[in-house]
Amino acid sequence: MSDMNQRSATIAVLVENEAGVLARVIGLFSGRGYNIDSLTVAPVDETGRISRITVVTSGTEMVIEQIKAQLDRLVPVHQVSDLTLEGPHLMRELALIKVVGQGDHRVEALRLADAFRARVVDATTESFVFEMTGNAEKIDAFCALMRPLGLAEICRTGAVAIARGTRHIAA
Amino acid sequence: MSAITTPAPATTDLRPGAEVILRALKEQGVEVIFGYPGGSVLPIYDALFQQNAIRHILVRHEQAAVHAAEGYARSTGKVGVVLVTSGPGATNAVTGLVDALMDSIPIICLTGQVPTHLIGNDAFQEADTTGITRPATKHNYLVKKSEDLARVVHEAFHVAKSGRPGPVVIDLPKDILIKPAPYTDAPPPSTPHRSYRPQVEPDAARIQEAVKLLKGAKRPVIYAGGGVINAGPEASRLLGEFTHMANMPCTNTLMGLGAFPASDPHFLGMLGMHGTVEANLAMHGCDVMLNIGARFDDRVTGRLDAFSPGSKKIHADIDPSSINKNVKVDVAIVGDAGRVLAALIEAWKADSTQQDKKALAGWWQRINEWRATNCLAYKQQGPIIKPQHAVKRLFEITRETGRDTIISTEVGQHQMWAAQYFGFDKPNHWLTSGGLGTMGYGLPAAMGAQIAHPDALCIDIAGEASILMNIQEMGTLAQYRLPVKVFILNNEYMGMVRQWQELLHGGRYSESYSAALPDFVKLAESFHAKGLRAENADQLDDVIREMIAHPGPVIADIMVAKDENCFPMIPSGAAHNDMILGPDQEGNARSVTDEGKVLV
Ligand SMILES: Cc1cc2nc3c(=O)[nH]c(=O)nc-3n(C[C@H](O)[C@H](O)[C@H](O)COP(=O)(O)OP(=O)(O)OC[C@H]3O[C@@H](n4cnc5c(N)ncnc54)[C@H](O)[C@@H]3O)c2cc1C
Ligand SMILES: Cc1ncc(C[n+]2csc(CCOP(=O)(O)OP(=O)(O)O)c2C)c(N)n1
Ligand SMILES: [Mg+2]
Repeated sequence: MSDMNQRSATIAVLVENEAGVLARVIGLFSGRGYNIDSLTVAPVDETGRISRITVVTSGTEMVIEQIKAQLDRLVPVHQVSDLTLEGPHLMRELALIKVVGQGDHRVEALRLADAFRARVVDATTESFVFEMTGNAEKIDAFCALMRPLGLAEICRTGAVAIARGTRHIAA
Repeated sequence: MSAITTPAPATTDLRPGAEVILRALKEQGVEVIFGYPGGSVLPIYDALFQQNAIRHILVRHEQAAVHAAEGYARSTGKVGVVLVTSGPGATNAVTGLVDALMDSIPIICLTGQVPTHLIGNDAFQEADTTGITRPATKHNYLVKKSEDLARVVHEAFHVAKSGRPGPVVIDLPKDILIKPAPYTDAPPPSTPHRSYRPQVEPDAARIQEAVKLLKGAKRPVIYAGGGVINAGPEASRLLGEFTHMANMPCTNTLMGLGAFPASDPHFLGMLGMHGTVEANLAMHGCDVMLNIGARFDDRVTGRLDAFSPGSKKIHADIDPSSINKNVKVDVAIVGDAGRVLAALIEAWKADSTQQDKKALAGWWQRINEWRATNCLAYKQQGPIIKPQHAVKRLFEITRETGRDTIISTEVGQHQMWAAQYFGFDKPNHWLTSGGLGTMGYGLPAAMGAQIAHPDALCIDIAGEASILMNIQEMGTLAQYRLPVKVFILNNEYMGMVRQWQELLHGGRYSESYSAALPDFVKLAESFHAKGLRAENADQLDDVIREMIAHPGPVIADIMVAKDENCFPMIPSGAAHNDMILGPDQEGNARSVTDEGKVLV
């Protein structure tokens, strides 16, 4: 078949914020053997009834179409939107990165953090916690640079994403 | 995450939760529940005891309760309702739930649960029922607040029967069954659900594209499945109307049998692994395929890259996830099979394009040549009863009686022979476990159908191995005087397993012999039923007639040829034009590659 090419897809899913909904979504991916590269979820409307799940996955075009159709048929799912397919969008991730060390390494870590616009949110004489937002590649790059400088712990949220411009989705 | 709360109801009339549930079931039109009691559901049993509107059928195993509800649902088009206790009651029901999920059968399964304050404590007979049944159901609920109770029951019915039907579990902690709860009426059918809105009406543009392709077809075929049955009898009528109008051949899947009349000259028989030559070659050689309510199952497509290679494919299905799942199609129509067929008929009439009559005539000629291979022929000679012959005679004799006949099956060769040799002219008269292939389905399913159709002739065509998987339901038949007939094609083997071992595993019959079988005649008698046996061909008709004439339940033990194989057969991993037609070609199966053998 012609479409054996894999692509990555960032999918936004608006769901009813009810017990078990996240288990349904995750169970669907594991049960059907789909990839999850990252998944985030939080309530997004004023009453807390609607949550938005952002899931980054990959597969052939046919598999991604399946993933979307499977998500859409879950009863508590309001809307499924393939941000990758639908046009330009922004993707952001938040990371907290702890670097432990002294001397030159500390100085170098601070300098690089500055260049990457990572903020220092906690500091001791032997450690920093950097906070950084950006796309996944930027955070990957920063973490790689920190590794020889005493990188001790990484904590990442996974991606959130939204379409550019006036396009928007609602439950 | 917080749960959604139901808006405060207008009524202040509070009744125990169990009563509220029964009232909601009544409002949903429920007449029968198949169930089995236990500690956590005693309040519901108490409420049942104090009313007469809903009948309870006490099964002998919870799996059978679900299959009985499936039989009830499939034979009526209504929702089947099950009631089981927590823990083992719920886990016993799981096989039935998955069966209903795979075959798109609408079921409501009420499960008991330990009281809310004990959930998570490993309390007595606690199981994480919603966790276990999440992938086994279309949807499930755990009711933690009394004010949600009535709403959840109404919603569950809507979910179970609308769109692509399926099983829905409602898990009910015992305190919720006891505490006073308000009642809320079912929302009017026009009220849209917050998030769940299956598309029923097809898109007009897609219908136009489909008609254009179909009008221009030189070698068309209609491949209709269980979705047409799900859509109700009117959809089957429309399928007939369209097929005749367009003068096209029509084949049915195992789940679709009865959607198109078997006696109609436009019918090609079943397609797929054990389908007819004419159906499979028509699928292979067609230039336009209309799939309506079928899901391109692997048992139907065979090797995917060789499946109907030269055709344009139209697929109409109510579930978008069925479309482009296994086979990429050219025109995708999302909608109810009945609405789609009605729209196709209308658009067909409005379109003035003429069909290529000459090409169609040529196509029919080829089909008739394939038909002439007479692929279902068998030779009944001598005293040994051929299983095919047993089914054929059962079909002919039941037809002679003119009685409304509903057939269920277990799983195995006998199931395939039933599909091949019993002709169904109407929908909802054929109950079989297609997707999950659950041995033990047939007896309880026939039981459920018999409850719904007290005057019908309900027959389970069984294998001697499968029947033992839910044989305890003979007790239920006796208790409720249900005249179900169990027609066992007794080949003393797990025949379907033996066939694969013969063809694919060098004839090493590992663990497929049905040793130490019970005496089915005595077994019937011990369950207060009639037991009959046919040991040679001369006795067959008499036994069938006696079985049908008997007013109560019967087990007819039909001793058939032990080594008969089911043909035609497309070996796993092969293409439609690679069929094994009979014993002479069994050698072909030996060429099955390991890649083919990994397939089930
Ligand atoms: C031993 C064994 C052998 C088998 N051999 C064969 C064989 O040779 N041939 C064969 O065909 N099968 C065979 N099967 C059965 C097979 O496994 C599948 O169950 C069957 O082919 C599926 O039938 P279907 O495609 O009609 O889909 P179903 O499972 O009936 O699914 C129905 C489809 O219709 C859709 N639908 C539901 N409601 C509607 C509606 N209202 N409107 C429109 N669409 C709707 C659903 O979304 C779904 O896609 C065998 C099974 C066993 C156990
Ligand atoms: C619950 C369950 N277990 C195992 C199987 C695998 N299986 C499919 S057919 C079959 C043999 C059925 O034997 P029998 O009921 O005698 O029918 P026959 O094929 O002989 O007609 C088995 C074991 C199954 N389908 N279901
Ligand atoms: Mg057998």
